[in-house]
Amino acid sequence: MRGNARSHEMVAPGDLAGVLELLAAEPNAWTPIAGGTELMVAYAAGRLNAKKLVSLWGIPELRFIEWNEESVSIGAATTFRDLRAAARIAVEFPLLAQSAGWIGSIANQSRATLGGNLANGSPAADSSPVLLAYDAEVETISARGRRRFPYSAFHTGYKRNVLAPDELLFALHLPRRFAGHQQYLRKVGTRRAMAISKVALVVTALIEANRVQEIRIAAASLAAFPTRLTATESALTGNLLDAAVIACAQAALLKEAQPIDDIRSTAEYRRKVAANLLGECLQQFAAGSGTR
Amino acid sequence: MNAQWSTVQLTVNGLRHTVQAPPMKRLLDVLREDLRLTGVKEGCGEGECGSCSVLMNGELVNSCLVPVLQAAGATIQTVEGLAPQGELSLLQKAFLECGGAQCGICTPGMLMAATQLLERTPNPTINEIREGLAGNLCRCTGFIRIFESVVAAAATKAAAVRKEESHAR
Amino acid sequence: MRANATTRVVGTPVPRKEGAEKLHGRARYVDDIEREGMWYGTTVRSTIPRGLIRSIAFDESFDWREFVVVTAKDIPGKNHIQLIIADQPCLADTQVNHCDEAIVLLAHPDKHKLRAAAAAVEIDYEPLPAVLSIEESELRDVIVWGENNVFKSFLLQKGNVDEVWDQAAHIVEGEYRTGAQEHLYIENNGVIAEYSHEEGVTVWGSLQCPFYVHRSLLAVFALREDKVRVIQTETGGAFGGKEDFPSILASHAALLALKSGHVVKMVFDRMEDLAATPKRHPSRIRHRTAVDEDGKLLAIEIDLGTDGGAYSTLSSTVLSRATLHACGPYVCPNVRIRSHAWATNTVPYGAFRGFGAPQSIFAVERHMDEIAARLGMDPVELRRRNFLREGDTTATEQLMREPVMMNDLMDRILEESSFYARKMRFAQENPTSAVKRGIGIAAFFHGAGFTGSGERYLNSLAGIDVTADGQVRVLVSSTEFGQGTNTILPQIAAEALLVEYADVGMAPADTRVVPNSGPTVASRTAMVVGRLVERASLQLVGMLRSEGLLAAEYSRDEFFAACERYRVLKGELVSLCRYEAPPNVFWDDQEYRGEAYPAFAWSIHVAQVAVDMTTYSTEVEEYWAIQEVGRVLNPVLAGGQIEGGVAQGVGYALYEKVLLENGRMANNQMTNYIMPTAADVPAIHVYFAEQPFAYGGYGAKGIGELPHDGPAPAILNAIRNATGLACNAIPLLPEDMLAKLSEVAAMQKDVIR
Repeated sequence: MRGNARSHEMVAPGDLAGVLELLAAEPNAWTPIAGGTELMVAYAAGRLNAKKLVSLWGIPELRFIEWNEESVSIGAATTFRDLRAAARIAVEFPLLAQSAGWIGSIANQSRATLGGNLANGSPAADSSPVLLAYDAEVETISARGRRRFPYSAFHTGYKRNVLAPDELLFALHLPRRFAGHQQYLRKVGTRRAMAISKVALVVTALIEANRVQEIRIAAASLAAFPTRLTATESALTGNLLDAAVIACAQAALLKEAQPIDDIRSTAEYRRKVAANLLGECLQQFAAGSGTR
Repeated sequence: MNAQWSTVQLTVNGLRHTVQAPPMKRLLDVLREDLRLTGVKEGCGEGECGSCSVLMNGELVNSCLVPVLQAAGATIQTVEGLAPQGELSLLQKAFLECGGAQCGICTPGMLMAATQLLERTPNPTINEIREGLAGNLCRCTGFIRIFESVVAAAATKAAAVRKEESHAR
Repeated sequence: MRANATTRVVGTPVPRKEGAEKLHGRARYVDDIEREGMWYGTTVRSTIPRGLIRSIAFDESFDWREFVVVTAKDIPGKNHIQLIIADQPCLADTQVNHCDEAIVLLAHPDKHKLRAAAAAVEIDYEPLPAVLSIEESELRDVIVWGENNVFKSFLLQKGNVDEVWDQAAHIVEGEYRTGAQEHLYIENNGVIAEYSHEEGVTVWGSLQCPFYVHRSLLAVFALREDKVRVIQTETGGAFGGKEDFPSILASHAALLALKSGHVVKMVFDRMEDLAATPKRHPSRIRHRTAVDEDGKLLAIEIDLGTDGGAYSTLSSTVLSRATLHACGPYVCPNVRIRSHAWATNTVPYGAFRGFGAPQSIFAVERHMDEIAARLGMDPVELRRRNFLREGDTTATEQLMREPVMMNDLMDRILEESSFYARKMRFAQENPTSAVKRGIGIAAFFHGAGFTGSGERYLNSLAGIDVTADGQVRVLVSSTEFGQGTNTILPQIAAEALLVEYADVGMAPADTRVVPNSGPTVASRTAMVVGRLVERASLQLVGMLRSEGLLAAEYSRDEFFAACERYRVLKGELVSLCRYEAPPNVFWDDQEYRGEAYPAFAWSIHVAQVAVDMTTYSTEVEEYWAIQEVGRVLNPVLAGGQIEGGVAQGVGYALYEKVLLENGRMANNQMTNYIMPTAADVPAIHVYFAEQPFAYGGYGAKGIGELPHDGPAPAILNAIRNATGLACNAIPLLPEDMLAKLSEVAAMQKDVIR
């Protein structure tokens, strides 16, 4: 254990207003900490540079799942356990419920938050591809007000995002329009549980008479930050799902993906497996057997 | 006491405690050092092995990843709180009979994970047991007798419940 | 006689002796112990794999006043860790030979201050060329140890292989590689040390062998035997990783205790334990085998190399065991094995469950499947035709004097696993499935106890006593670290004395209290030490009888009454026995020939795998293990040993990889050194057979290491069955499977061209 508790300050204003006030008063000074499943690991490894932390734990205004007619709003401090336990999420957004079970272990899921997963911005993040596939919007909040924009605009580079120094993630909004879509997700890790993603593929698609009307393909660990594979999507949109089109889409993915070699896996493996996953996904869609 | 330290109240195994500690001090260290509950173990410090797991407000957490400030006001249960002094709980007895503990270092965390599993799923399938315990690493047993211990505990509990119900009638 | 009699306590599933404390969370591991005024220590380690230490400087801007600093100059005795030879320094002095080698020790009352202090120690090196693999070492461009980089070599010969090659129907060659493996005990290494003029050095720690540590401390501190005391604390897993390493850590903590005048605790965090402590020896094993048309082995030639790391430590004995298991449980008239343990500039490799046998059994059992494939023969049948039988001799000319049950074990496990039915089903289903299933076997033996003359050399002493309050205590230096020492030895004593299991406990594993019954290694505890406890118990009954205190038949209460009377007469009641080699066990170290082990356990494993061709990952779906172990002393504990060993073997085969970058472990965290979780382990079916060994505790032979020999070859043989791919290196990660498929595809393209 290489962290020194005495080298860090932490405050817990206890409500959203208090946190925002602090961030506004001292921008860039305070690092938000939610469930700690990322920051406390860095701390124990002696790698937590943030000396001043503001706790988001136990702030009810950030932890909610609210159903509206058009969308569901999920508070940024919602834990993955909350997501798994929400029956309606499992029904309407099954990929989100399933990916929530990918995170670490049961003990991690009770603390890890959706907002923390996104703010940490690892290209291997488990929830990011799902939010991209579900066309999510991000809502951020600061003392200055709120912003709302597509989640696809949130990440700008490796572990870089558009949050201003005084800004917090407030909620994710998922449009309720995927009930009729085929859905697929698969994560490939080092083992069945407690595995960081080597690669993952998440896909939602509206298929009519075997023709792709709309398709959203997102992946983990194929780029510096979570993105959709838009060139691969283009190879599919408007086409019939036959063997030639599927092969063409796989070729497009092989070109579009930009994975790296790292401690966990190789670029070659990630690329090849991602193409295989896409093939598996599209076969399932063609057979009409994708999750719905 | 340092000016930057926090005063944190926690209820641990039914007893109220007030702790003075740096807010970033890990709940694990507060339990082991301040409260001398050394049943909670540190195996990795990274939330991977689960030997530090405790129940916090009824939820299984890795105490090595919880800064004590975030445990303010919480109700914590550790392995020491599973059975009254000198007795073994139903779950602990099952582990003893079935060989669920070998070197014993993963055992406290494993018992907490199994406790939560059985609270939520009184009659778990083998796959539910595997998932429920997947965050607790055991290097000695290969997990097989841990699964058997949980199955045995569930069965014993179910039999006891049926007996109570038939008495009640 | 006693082997066939039914027993009361031995063979029953009595609960683990220390189980209740462990389940309550009350068992005290070293980091649970706090002492008044205790200080904490840390180690400053080498950041390069090889080089001269030009200077050690202490940042002047840092406040060193409250710190105690220890370097090699502070060592009162010898600056070496006494093991087999003494080439490893306690603290590096003028040169470092591996990354993370210990150079400077620091202690302070506040453990939070240590990290900054370690960072303020400036070590200036003059790097030297480093050798980082077996290949680089055997090139001998750079000599990093001794004259020629070889810690040890063996030449084992039987018959004359050279006369066979020309006449053989088939010659099959193969090269097999195994990687390093980390023990990953869930409790990291740790010790507490104290020094006083009156008591000398006292050390408490997580360790397997109190007397190994004791002997090592004698050298470092130049103290008399009675001025060093080593006490084992509850140990959270070991697997060989706490056989010799604790001698280093104990020396370090004791040096700090000596210089500071305070009790010093040193407990590693996971990152340090992973990076700086020993692991399983990597190996490269080349086979060349001649067989006749019917698959009979005619000649076996093996070139076996292990990577020993920077210092010799246990490499010579690991190499010996690897060599002696390299031919597998088969009979062959002509054998030549050349083996070498090579020096490299990496953390010295050490003991790990199996101790060389998992490496060589992986090679020979994979190779048997390749031979079978070449002959178009069933791999099961090939093995049956070559199993050792009573009357055959091994590669070292050891005569099998007792029946060998391998064919019976094979019959049984084939039936239990529905082997052929599954194999046929998979063959039918695989062509149209994205997941290919396969089933594979591994057949092996494992020598119990120390090799050859080792047990004679250890000359173990063990026994029992009866205390004033009527408790029988087992007096051994054999330790408990999960495998059941504290349970089976009391079972043996209770059985022999005709008392209850509850009447017998263990004396503390304290060098001041117990005799030296040898190290807790080599699967010797049940067999060798168990037998000593059995003999000593019978001897004690004899002592009571010869004083006229006990009749030919007696009750438990009469026994304890007699003990009490004996103690009144004589002052104490202690019965110790010394090791006696079984008859017909003679080993010639010079010729490397004779009875390599007094007894072997025999085993066959079957693995069913599913290879997912979408992700190239392999999972073990189901597993069967049958073993003949002499006597099952406690079925729950014995079953647990097999299951645990299989799980570790699954990790060895498919998940656990040590990534070295310039000799440094890059994946030294549990998030990236991957062991199987509860979600990954297969269902494991365990079956025992018993052919009691007359010279083992109630007939027991060793069991602890045996199960780790089987999984890697059984799994990779199953993968071959599932996919046709001959994978010969472990760990086999999905990335490696993909690379293998690409290689095969490329070769096929070449063939077509």
